[in-house]
Amino acid sequence: MNQTIFEEKGIIFNIQRYSIHDGPGIRTNVFIKGCPLRCKWCCNPESQNIQIENMLDADGPGSTPVGREVTVREVLEEVAKDSRYYYRSGGGVTLTGGECMVQPSFACAIMEACHEYHINTAIETTSFATSEVVKRFIPLVDYWLMDIKHMDSEKHKLYTGQPNDLILQNAKYIADHHPDLTIRVPVIPGVNDTEEEIDAIAKFADSLGKGAKALHLLPYHRLGEDKYRRLGRSYFLMGLEPLSQERMLQLKKVAEKYRLPVQIGG
Amino acid sequence: MSYQMYDTQMTERVQKLKDMTYGGKPQLEAQRAVLITESYKQTEDLPIDMRRALALKHILENLTAVIRDNELIVGANTKAPRSSQVFPEFSYEWIEAELDTLDKRAADPFQISEEDKKTLREIFPYWKGKTVSDLALAYMTDETKLAMKHNVFTPGNYLYNGIGHVCVDYAKVLNKGMLGILKEIDETIASMDPTEPDYNPRRVFLDAAKISLNAAITFAGRYAKLAESMAKSCTDAKRRKELEQIAQNCARVPANPAGNFYEALQSFWFVQLIIQTESNGHSISPGRFDQYMYPFLKKDLESGKLTPDAAQELVDCVWIKLNEISKCRDAFSAAGFAGYGLFQNLCVGGQTWDGRDATNDMSFMCLQASYHTRLPQPSLSVRIWNKTPHDLLKKCVEVTQTGIGLPAYYNDEVIIPALINRGLTIYDAREYNLIGCVEPQKGGKTDGWHDAAFYNMCRPMEFVFTSGQDEGEQVGPKTMPIASMKTFEEFKDAYRQQQDYFIELMVNADNAIDYAHAQRASLPFLSTMIEDCIGRGKSAQCGGAVYNFTGPQGFGVANIGDGMLAVKKLVFEKHAFTLMDLKAAMDANFGKPVDNASTGVDSRTEAIVRTIVDQLTAQGKIVTDDQIKAIAQRVMNSQNKSAYNFVGSSMGAERAAQIRKQIMECPKFGNDLDEPDDMAKEVAYMYTGYVEKFRNPRGGRYQAGLYPVSANVPLGTQAMATPDGRYARAPIADGCSPVSGCDVLGPTAAANSVAKLDHAIASNGTLFNQKFHPSALKGESGIEAFINLIRTYFDEKGSHVQFNVVSRETLLDAQKHPENYKTLVVRVAGYSALFTSLSKALQDDIINRTEQNLKS
Repeated sequence: MNQTIFEEKGIIFNIQRYSIHDGPGIRTNVFIKGCPLRCKWCCNPESQNIQIENMLDADGPGSTPVGREVTVREVLEEVAKDSRYYYRSGGGVTLTGGECMVQPSFACAIMEACHEYHINTAIETTSFATSEVVKRFIPLVDYWLMDIKHMDSEKHKLYTGQPNDLILQNAKYIADHHPDLTIRVPVIPGVNDTEEEIDAIAKFADSLGKGAKALHLLPYHRLGEDKYRRLGRSYFLMGLEPLSQERMLQLKKVAEKYRLPVQIGG
Repeated sequence: MSYQMYDTQMTERVQKLKDMTYGGKPQLEAQRAVLITESYKQTEDLPIDMRRALALKHILENLTAVIRDNELIVGANTKAPRSSQVFPEFSYEWIEAELDTLDKRAADPFQISEEDKKTLREIFPYWKGKTVSDLALAYMTDETKLAMKHNVFTPGNYLYNGIGHVCVDYAKVLNKGMLGILKEIDETIASMDPTEPDYNPRRVFLDAAKISLNAAITFAGRYAKLAESMAKSCTDAKRRKELEQIAQNCARVPANPAGNFYEALQSFWFVQLIIQTESNGHSISPGRFDQYMYPFLKKDLESGKLTPDAAQELVDCVWIKLNEISKCRDAFSAAGFAGYGLFQNLCVGGQTWDGRDATNDMSFMCLQASYHTRLPQPSLSVRIWNKTPHDLLKKCVEVTQTGIGLPAYYNDEVIIPALINRGLTIYDAREYNLIGCVEPQKGGKTDGWHDAAFYNMCRPMEFVFTSGQDEGEQVGPKTMPIASMKTFEEFKDAYRQQQDYFIELMVNADNAIDYAHAQRASLPFLSTMIEDCIGRGKSAQCGGAVYNFTGPQGFGVANIGDGMLAVKKLVFEKHAFTLMDLKAAMDANFGKPVDNASTGVDSRTEAIVRTIVDQLTAQGKIVTDDQIKAIAQRVMNSQNKSAYNFVGSSMGAERAAQIRKQIMECPKFGNDLDEPDDMAKEVAYMYTGYVEKFRNPRGGRYQAGLYPVSANVPLGTQAMATPDGRYARAPIADGCSPVSGCDVLGPTAAANSVAKLDHAIASNGTLFNQKFHPSALKGESGIEAFINLIRTYFDEKGSHVQFNVVSRETLLDAQKHPENYKTLVVRVAGYSALFTSLSKALQDDIINRTEQNLKS
């Protein structure tokens, strides 16, 4: 066993047990800090900067630092506590964030260590990274959950701060080289909730290689709204109403024209 | 697959029965009290078994028979549904004192007519000095009574009521009929030699048993006649046919073996009802209903005599009946068992005596009946083991999703070895069922005395800080003064000494009550259906059962564990403050004014008011409701001055609050951290390990439980602030669950912490509450994860878990608009109850339990 991976350090901002919507079974989500995108609807704005920062407490005048530096060993000690839940349910650990590819050595070390302990791995990622980074991840990830937000690069840049060409290019590569890729679409009112926009993403997902296995439509929610206030930032989508269940079902129908199974929610 | 599932709908009839049952307000009726008094006056020179049998006979021959509209299963012991008779032979003073306030009290109010009040007032003087509680108190030592007065433990349940907590051998009645049991008794008598030294009491018991069984047959016969006469005058042809069928059923069972499923259900109900008429002991648990009913169901389904829909409707009717029966408790007990619950625990699943999976069609029908009726009774339990089919768990989750808190889930893999450790054979252990809230026993063979007392672990902790003094009296041992303590071990030793002393007194109290029941309230009818009462010629109360236990339950593990760790770390390791500082901070209630408004029933006040009212009535004065209120107000005011107004605390509120802040920052039980979890485990052992050393008068052992029913709330009002940062009068942690709000890492972390306790040694049952927001169980992945959560908690060797799946918003709205939530059922402790029937304090406790939300 490569012992040095356990000493690898990185910055996380949360470890959340009993997560059941980010990959199969009962999982523990490890939230890795830092993200190259700035999605306007992001529900974890405290994840975006890689640096540790202060956030006001939800119910009081005090504030708490978000983010802490930990070793892979410390992460494993925590996530291994639910090992028996993973075995029972077919679950494991999901790296989310933030964007785990922002701290590639740390993320890869966690996954390698998980495999040493026979813990299944998943990542929830936008895969906005160099092809070298993507290649390092391929053998370490058991379930790959990848966000695609928009097929129109201009709009993608407008709403996330980055164009989409690198993401789409990586998606193709991953589908060709990884056996289990799920494409996830956060469906945001006014951003990508027209039938044409969903159709375009579904069509692209359909065109991917044999590794692409499913398409998830994730309805927009406002759970992150208050965090912007607590971080002293403004929320671009303030007051935006989530989509109705009926509308989500209509969009699901649109996406179901293609070969991939479609579900609402993770 | 050895089972089939049927998709059935609740019928209009069942809905009507449900509406009828919950249409009116619960009444207190005087008829039984009149009848038993008449009988007792005639039998004063007879042995107790005979007196009890003749009294039951007189009651069953004269109690008004009632067949309600739409009923298919009949038999009632009160004219109005959800009402209660009076059982003066156990205790009556509290009813006498509460007669004018019963309908207004916070927990479980009952209405009573002026006429019945008058009747009861005439009857009660006869019972003075003759009750079980009178004799039990006479048997207790002064130290025991002092400890009870100071609320360290309360054996009130059995001190004032029948024992209950039993599952009789229903199968025996269904398969042999009561005539078959009578034959068995005759054979036993024939085999006995009149010169044997114990022949005389045995013979009296057996004769009494025969009288009791014959009385039950007579009772059913009266229903047959009533149904027949109602049929004659019935103009609706369909109902007439139903009544004729009812008449036919009641003429056959329970005297004869049940000939079909319908008769089996009717026979079951007569047994269930008459046991609860003979005594008012609650938790008369149907046990493994799916096992003993299935052969009848199978036969009728296979022969085509019955459709699955018709069978389900009959089962649903039994479920309604189980909700019809009620019990009036004294105000304090009512708060401890809030929700009118009778804890009739009915169990499905598990394994057979020879280790095969026991799931059958009937298991699913039972779950479906709870799904249909959505009522608190029966307390539905499911036994899970490694071979439990996934289908059964999925069906269970479907019921859990309704939010009624049923079923409760039990782990065979812990409970079976636990029972074997208590002396059961492996065959008997595999056939266990649950009693009352969470107590495992082998039905039909056990007198378990589960629920023998509530033991409040927080009180001995208070006494550590006062060297056993409470309100100016030396109640506990004079342990080392905290000012002299140099090490954490000394602190822990003092707690152990206090704890051990009070456990011993609790044993003294329970044994006193045990003798009193044997001598004043033996139960010959019930005993005929418990092995080996007939063989030994002894009632269960005298030790006739094969297995005998006494199970007092402690609660507050999480509070004491967290408090111990805080003391260890902050006082003895970090020297952040001294024990004297901590005492001052607790006396100052950590700087928070004591909240009187939200505390519900305060039993100290209650007890004092009761004494005053008793004295006044004894002097022939009639105390009005307004006067009682005024007395209560005065008592409360004076108590606030003496007991709760920061007694002798020199500490300012700010410093006290600061100490609490430091305490709250210590690691807490419930987060899967070894340090606090190990401490909680040690604290649990201090209780369970000492309790199991003792023996009861029936030749059995003590075994501890770790569950509170709902007493963690009212008994919390009797405890001052504790070193874990709990405020004075605040609820105590329920059962094995973490302190509300202290488990912050989600359901798996809390479950792992709880599973680290040794559940097998707490063989009288443990209780773990989990609360989920409904969204956490949504969708296929939510359900599957939930099932795996239960499975894994059981892999980790947890013993019991139950779930509330109601949103906080719903509960808050139900508090505001109770009229819209008349049948909202929630999980309280080891049972479910109507939310709106609970006191505000208990409602708040449920709302404040940590809710497992899913964040994405």
